[in-house]
Amino acid sequence: MAERSFKKEVQQLRIAPGEEFRGEGILAVTKGLLQSGVSYVAGYQGAPISHLMDVLSDAQDILEDLGVHFEASASEATAAATLAASVMYPVRGAVTWKSTVGTNVASDALANLASGGVKGGALVIVGEDYGEGSSIMQERTHAFAMKSQIWLLDPRPNLESMVDAVEHGFQLSEASNTPVILQLRIRSCHVHGRFITKENKRPEYTLAQALDNPERDVSRIVLPPASFLHEHEKVNSRWPAAVEFIKQNKLNEFIDGDLSDIGLILQGGLYNGVIRALQLLGLADHFGNSRIPLYIMNVTYPVIDDEVAEFCRGKKAVLMLEEGQPNYIEQNIATILRQKGVDAALEGKGVLPIAGEYTTAVMRDGLQAFLEKHHPESLPVIDAPAPEPLAPSAAATATATATATMPAIEEDGDLAIEEDHPANGHAAHANGAPTVIPRVQPMQVDQVARKPSVQPINFQRQVSELAQVVPPRPAGFCTGCPERPVFSALSLAQEKLGEHHIACDIGCHLFSILPPFNLGATTMGYGLGASSAAAFNVPSSKRSISIMGDGGFWHNGLASGIGNAVFNKYDGVIIIIDNFYAAATGGQDILSSRAANKSRSTNNPIVDAVKGVGVKWVRVLDRTYSVSKVQAAIEEALTTPEKGPKVIIAQSECMLNKQRRLKPQFRAAVKEGKRVVKERFGVDPDVCTGDHACIRLSGCPSLTIKDSGDPLKEDPIAHVDNTCVGCGNCGEVAHAAVLCPSFYRADLIHNPTQWDLFKAKVRQRVIGLLQSRRSQRLNQYSF
Amino acid sequence: MTSTTFQAGSPIKIAILAMGGQGGGVLADWIVDMAEHAKWWAQTTSVPGVAQRTGATIYYVEMLPESDVEAAGRPPALAMMPTPGDVDLVVAAELMEGGRAIQRGLVTPDRSTLISSSHRSYAVGEKSARGNGIADSNKVIETGQAAAKRFICVDLQALADQAGSVISASLFGAVAGSGTLPFTREDFEETIRRGGVGVEASLRAFALGLEAAANAPAEPARVSTEKPSPEVPETASHPRIRKLLDDLRQNFPAAAQPMLVAGLRRTVDFQDPAYGAKYIDHVRALRKLDEQYGGQAKNWALTTAAARYVAVAMAYDDVIRVADLKTRAARFERVRGEVGAKADQLLYTTEYMHPRVEELCGTMPAPLGRWVENSKFASGLLGRFCRKGRFLQSGTLTGFLMLYALAGMRRFRRSTLRHRIELKSFEAWLRLIEETAPVDYDLAVEIVNCRRLVKGYSDTHERGESKYQRLIAAAADLRGRPEAAQRLRELREAALADDKGTKLDTMLAQELKLAA
Repeated sequence: MAERSFKKEVQQLRIAPGEEFRGEGILAVTKGLLQSGVSYVAGYQGAPISHLMDVLSDAQDILEDLGVHFEASASEATAAATLAASVMYPVRGAVTWKSTVGTNVASDALANLASGGVKGGALVIVGEDYGEGSSIMQERTHAFAMKSQIWLLDPRPNLESMVDAVEHGFQLSEASNTPVILQLRIRSCHVHGRFITKENKRPEYTLAQALDNPERDVSRIVLPPASFLHEHEKVNSRWPAAVEFIKQNKLNEFIDGDLSDIGLILQGGLYNGVIRALQLLGLADHFGNSRIPLYIMNVTYPVIDDEVAEFCRGKKAVLMLEEGQPNYIEQNIATILRQKGVDAALEGKGVLPIAGEYTTAVMRDGLQAFLEKHHPESLPVIDAPAPEPLAPSAAATATATATATMPAIEEDGDLAIEEDHPANGHAAHANGAPTVIPRVQPMQVDQVARKPSVQPINFQRQVSELAQVVPPRPAGFCTGCPERPVFSALSLAQEKLGEHHIACDIGCHLFSILPPFNLGATTMGYGLGASSAAAFNVPSSKRSISIMGDGGFWHNGLASGIGNAVFNKYDGVIIIIDNFYAAATGGQDILSSRAANKSRSTNNPIVDAVKGVGVKWVRVLDRTYSVSKVQAAIEEALTTPEKGPKVIIAQSECMLNKQRRLKPQFRAAVKEGKRVVKERFGVDPDVCTGDHACIRLSGCPSLTIKDSGDPLKEDPIAHVDNTCVGCGNCGEVAHAAVLCPSFYRADLIHNPTQWDLFKAKVRQRVIGLLQSRRSQRLNQYSF
Repeated sequence: MTSTTFQAGSPIKIAILAMGGQGGGVLADWIVDMAEHAKWWAQTTSVPGVAQRTGATIYYVEMLPESDVEAAGRPPALAMMPTPGDVDLVVAAELMEGGRAIQRGLVTPDRSTLISSSHRSYAVGEKSARGNGIADSNKVIETGQAAAKRFICVDLQALADQAGSVISASLFGAVAGSGTLPFTREDFEETIRRGGVGVEASLRAFALGLEAAANAPAEPARVSTEKPSPEVPETASHPRIRKLLDDLRQNFPAAAQPMLVAGLRRTVDFQDPAYGAKYIDHVRALRKLDEQYGGQAKNWALTTAAARYVAVAMAYDDVIRVADLKTRAARFERVRGEVGAKADQLLYTTEYMHPRVEELCGTMPAPLGRWVENSKFASGLLGRFCRKGRFLQSGTLTGFLMLYALAGMRRFRRSTLRHRIELKSFEAWLRLIEETAPVDYDLAVEIVNCRRLVKGYSDTHERGESKYQRLIAAAADLRGRPEAAQRLRELREAALADDKGTKLDTMLAQELKLAA
């Protein structure tokens, strides 16, 4: 069961042709697939593609109605290999994953696929997890496209362009017998927008038809001599076919502008940011009308030589806006210009940063630098003093300190500006009309351009001081997470047996690297926890420890980690964290999930697989919250004389999913008048002394601090807030670490039975009597 | 030459900063839904991913009237992320997130309305500090005042709680109340109704948020970080206490009296009025010292510090006290309130206790306790009982009676081993203060404050105690050296840097080198 349900949203996939679709980018892409007559879809979840997988999963009925086969692949390699169905048969297939990590995993299959080429359209939809909020290494999918010769689409980030890209992607793939990658940036995946739909199409050729009429063509198989021929085919026939298709269908866009002696070349995905950056410089409006001509590369690979040359010819200078490094496109364009004898100056990573996300502000600054160099008269004149020198942290936010006047645009002769739009409701409506920029002459730069400071001088200093106050918020384990106690136990075991080398893996459990646990030395890739400790298989006083999640285990860890450890007689400890789901990617089911899933086979225990590949020392802990038991298992694994891999399977259900499952059941039971017990934890404020050792060993979001209210206690005390789900980890940690007796568990009995009430009455009578005796003694001294 | 035609129309830009689980996405979706129903073109996007797991993230919305879009004849190209200096409305679901928005340059004085909930949700770094790691809210409030065109800062979390809803609803109300968006109250409320989930509670929270924002003061109030100090009562009902109180009021400086009241309450509560009298006497001795060595000019720093820490040292945390606190009627009531137990619901608490051999011996009469500790056999036997943590049900008869009996051992406390140990350390501390005050008054005050480190139980107590001993030893060495008080203060702060006192040891080693 996935974290987010799209059951309601997927109904939009059925809306009639010609109607307007409104929703998230990823849902629009799914609609695009259905409009393209796709036969099969597969993929592996991971942000920002998890939603696409969840959408497809929730749209299973609709897919079945259309005869579309959907698979949740075991890994990205599986997904990529799934596209093999389109090699011999005219079936359209799409696969999806998170890039670049997923593309790394898939690259073997992708390279083979690209070498032999495809008959049916093969589309790889990748979610480019790059820039703010990204959890992976910052690299480009572009390199994969180039090395394997797969065409790369990077459409403008609006729903219409993205859906077009899906449809064109299949056509391009078929026209050039080459797989196509559709690259979606993270914000495009989650953008809410609209587009006009077309009819969903059933596949023209189905997988069943293919199975009934099997075909084989040795020339498509990557084996000599065919593989040598493939290389030639790629450049001699497939490339030209692709170029032809891209040109004819105008996949790349040219936008005119009156400043025709300069131009901007940009990746389609950057379009909205570029337009905003231009707008901030007074060179574009909010609808994409730009004074500077644009060449928008919705296809970023291959680069179309003719189009580039045509765009640049006769221009003084062009700026290439290309996010990520190396600057493959810029290099390519430099070659084109040189070879075609076009003498426009090419700017790119010189005026823009070489690395890092191209935010609107970054591009605005880059554009400004470009214009200052090549077309200064188009920039607003800044006749103000230089900006205040600032502290580095504030400098990023500070910009020119200036109020300046735009040159009267009409002087350019050919720029028509629509006069002040009559009060169109917007201005009249808005309280204080926050943003209306009347289009009258002359424009004030501060209305459109970089915000100058009309701020008090001390403002920037104050902002830089904020850096010392505003705390970082590293990601961490959720409230009640069953993985937290495993790391509490590991911390305690290390306190006893000393620090060890710990190899981590991808998954929620990677948060152990961050505060408060600060555990783990490396992370090498999904499912590679055990593999990345492989070298440490030498005699030593301390064994190495590696961590792996259930998601990673099934992704490849079983073979690459456990199998490898058995084969090489690895003497370390491998902890497999089994929380019943691929939790980090949104709670999807996997082989070992406990849920009953009607379209997948679940309930295949990890322990059987581990034993199946030959592990002898295995401990299964079915309640990770017993910190002392987990600690004991870890200590045993680290000290046992037994040789070979020591595998601990620590299993408890992901609390996020568990709560989603149990909460409605609990509420229903209370409503029905059934006796149910709700547990939560608390801290006695007068017993707590405010040392916070419990927090350092737990880090649960619901375990927080508050003022003691006691003049004698200077430090804030621990406090369990209302989000507590009663997992008991804090109490167990206090036990295991011998901390303090301030934790208690409160069991709240809803709908108590007669017997409960009777017992309570008896207890209350005795306890009440004794309590009042003692209160009396205390009360007489109170003042 | 081509010509370029610009079309009128400029979007309203809204950034929402929230932590995972706060419903920032819900709020953004509501705004979009409301805008679309009012015939606006709206776009929202975000970067969820791992930020949702307790991290923080930004949701970004832009919208402009559809009439502008129609006039332009083509869909708008709206930005996917906020640009510093170009945001009209910034909504932060927590105060430090409001601070982060300012830090990121999203809030500017000519443009931005900043709505921030004033409540705090502490970051892990603040929570795990060994002392007080809470960031200064007032820094954000002051900067917000300077950075925003209008700054609305009210506790929207409390309002959501009050309405039995979540903060996204009260934030939505605050957005309405701020008057920054061109939509009516009905537009807002209809949006919530269309959502169809928890509508009534959401509407209540919305109304509270709207009210609060509409009536928010132009300048948000600063958060008081001062601990309220107890008032000094005129009199007390019990004659012995009354006598002590009169003594306190007549013979001690006014500056120290509130802390003395707190200390007296604690020591009487811990043991009995006689123990309270002893407390007053100890502080009296230090007060005399204080007067003798210039305390009056220093606002009685020594007496005030001593009033706190003499009480803390005398009312140490032992098993008897824990049992007492856990069995009180007031505590039972407090827990019921905390979990929101209704009258027809039953509540039982299970106490998590893990005494060690030391704690058990500590409650024995001193000679017996000492014998057990020294006897391998006896402590081994006891150790078996201590290996595991214990769960005690304080609401059942067995559990309660056990704890009650343990609490009743209060009357034998003075003869326990633990009391002897505490007394010894306490007296040594007092001696050191008495010896130091004549030489270096400020250092003596710092020595008093070092007692802050001794707290907690079991392992925690041991760690604190060991650091405290190191500090006290250093304090004795520092006596007579220049800036000794400052040095000791630095050492004390270093002691809070880590559990084992590694930083403290490093600094102590440097100190030794300096001395040599």
